[in-house]
Amino acid sequence: MLNYWANYFTRNGIGVGMFLLAAVLLWMVFMIILPQLYMVDFSLRANVPPPKWGGEEHVYTLEHYKYLLYGSSKSAEQFNTIDLSVFGRTILAAVFVTIIDLCLCYPVAYYLAHVARGGWARLMIMSLIIPFWINEILRAFSFKVLFGTSGLINNALMAVGLIDQPYDFVRENVALYSGLSYAYILLMIFPIYNAIESLDKNQIEAARDMGSPWWRIHWRIVLPHAKPGICSGSTMVFMLSAGALAAPQVLGGPSSLWFTQIIYKAFNNSANWARGSAYALVLLLACIIFVLLMMRIFKVKLGEIAR
Amino acid sequence: MSADVTLDDVWIRFGDFVAAREANIHIEDGEFFSFLGPSGCGKTTLLRAISGFLTPSQGRVLIGGKDMAGIGPNRRPTALIFQNLALFPLMSVWENIAFALEVKGMSKLERRKRADELLDLIALPGQGDKRVSELSGGQKQRVAIARALAAEPDVLLLDEPLSALDLKLRQHMRTELRAIQQRVGITFVYITHDQGEALTMSDNVAVMREGLIEQVADGSTIYDSPETAFVASFVGENNVFQGKVNRLDQSAAVVETPYGEFCARPIQRNNQDQLRVGDDAMVFVRPEAIENAQSDSANRISGEVLQTEFEGNLWQLHVQLPNGGPRITRSSINDGRATKHQVGDRIELGFSETSAIALPTGQLAAE
Repeated sequence: MLNYWANYFTRNGIGVGMFLLAAVLLWMVFMIILPQLYMVDFSLRANVPPPKWGGEEHVYTLEHYKYLLYGSSKSAEQFNTIDLSVFGRTILAAVFVTIIDLCLCYPVAYYLAHVARGGWARLMIMSLIIPFWINEILRAFSFKVLFGTSGLINNALMAVGLIDQPYDFVRENVALYSGLSYAYILLMIFPIYNAIESLDKNQIEAARDMGSPWWRIHWRIVLPHAKPGICSGSTMVFMLSAGALAAPQVLGGPSSLWFTQIIYKAFNNSANWARGSAYALVLLLACIIFVLLMMRIFKVKLGEIAR
Repeated sequence: MSADVTLDDVWIRFGDFVAAREANIHIEDGEFFSFLGPSGCGKTTLLRAISGFLTPSQGRVLIGGKDMAGIGPNRRPTALIFQNLALFPLMSVWENIAFALEVKGMSKLERRKRADELLDLIALPGQGDKRVSELSGGQKQRVAIARALAAEPDVLLLDEPLSALDLKLRQHMRTELRAIQQRVGITFVYITHDQGEALTMSDNVAVMREGLIEQVADGSTIYDSPETAFVASFVGENNVFQGKVNRLDQSAAVVETPYGEFCARPIQRNNQDQLRVGDDAMVFVRPEAIENAQSDSANRISGEVLQTEFEGNLWQLHVQLPNGGPRITRSSINDGRATKHQVGDRIELGFSETSAIALPTGQLAAE
């Protein structure tokens, strides 16, 4: 360990070495650890207006967590079915979005990594990236225009004669799932692309030479090799869609509430920061536990994701 | 079951570049056949055409008498061993070996049994549960062979599979490969730039240069009677004298060179590039065919000793011919009777007319 640091300083020099160390430390402490600790602190205290923060009434309590469970901070007679079901639906929907993205991105990533050549591959990557220069809100609203009852898709379908009445894509959450899947598609493609690209082409050819049909080549050779990439892409897409706010706000149907919207309301409309942070922390923990569980099931180590 | 392989006027072009041309080859059932040539000569291209990863631009590939056009690599009776072996690192050794059987839908129990049999064949018994990364270079090599054999191919194709091994192991694997081939009795098509490998293992060798097959013959014919200047200079060491044909008959050619008139055995290639009187020609003499000048030596040269090298079993002598002539090499067996020469000595050397060959002037192999 001592050796490592001695090495680190001889490699980078004292000045640069200290700067890097200090910068990383400051970043970690002030940008990540402290704000989160504040949130934890908030979530465990009574909800009082800001002037009284730190005062006598600002006591420690578990009432906000209880509220999420029972819908009341006092009685424990019935569960808070509204918030809990939104919570469950959000997680499920995020899983669904992740699966859609995975199904879309794996073939594209494979194509980019092993089939497309030179200029064509670069062109494809460019055309994947450039649409993401458009900001999230604008993209969400343009999806609304696309999927609206008098939107482009409905008009086109009616013109062709496939349907004779506009289909409510927004109510049926088609717009929401499409919007979310599209929003995080790059976060899925690139990790998988990176993983697949490092696969030796000869392995694919060897499997083919031994008589393997294409699906078995993917199942036995390409997919196992891409697993760390798939895992890191899925983690990002899942975490971000579970925590998305703009897309559900704009594209969500009237019946679909996203858990983040409840958190947002707690912070903004009801000025209840304590409940907001408690809910947000529960979402964060649930997501982390879910991801770790999935990694356990699919036998991926944390270190592999970082490769 | 094994099968013969025929290339019928195969051409392979990539855009304007011709990677292989006029390839006409017949490889017999159960033969160990090698393609030998420097890197970039098109030998791997031909191998890929046989395995089905490449479609010839022109001509036919036949395996067991059957035209392979339109049949993909997964449906050909061939198995390819890649230069980097391409073992599957995420599978255990036995799963690697049994992959072809898995494809065929054999049950796991049977697959395991067959894999263990193959592990015995390659002398790695009981190593099936290891990871590929735990094996040494030579062991990986043998696993790759077993994996290819598990598919029960009629033809095994090997793309320089020994090039990553160190010298000792490579020599050992040569013997091993040849032994395996004789045991399983199927056709082996082997790609190499190493003439030692080609000559020791093969029944027949095709020497290639720039996409063209220069000569197909067994090892000793290739070595003793090369048909082109390239083959003569690429396979083994050779001393070259450039000159003009003075006289010529069936058994002897007299070539006039700046260093004297040499009498040599003319090699007549069928139907092309025949040697004629007055043509430019090259005389090739192997270093081991050069001896001290005898009174009855047919050909004589003299020069100055430039350098002597001791190689244990051999003495190598580098001799500079006068007037800016070529440097020639002579090697003699270290049997204790060889006369020692000092650098700077003048030396008289000779060679018989049967040990020298005369060929039409052509491009030599790059040093």
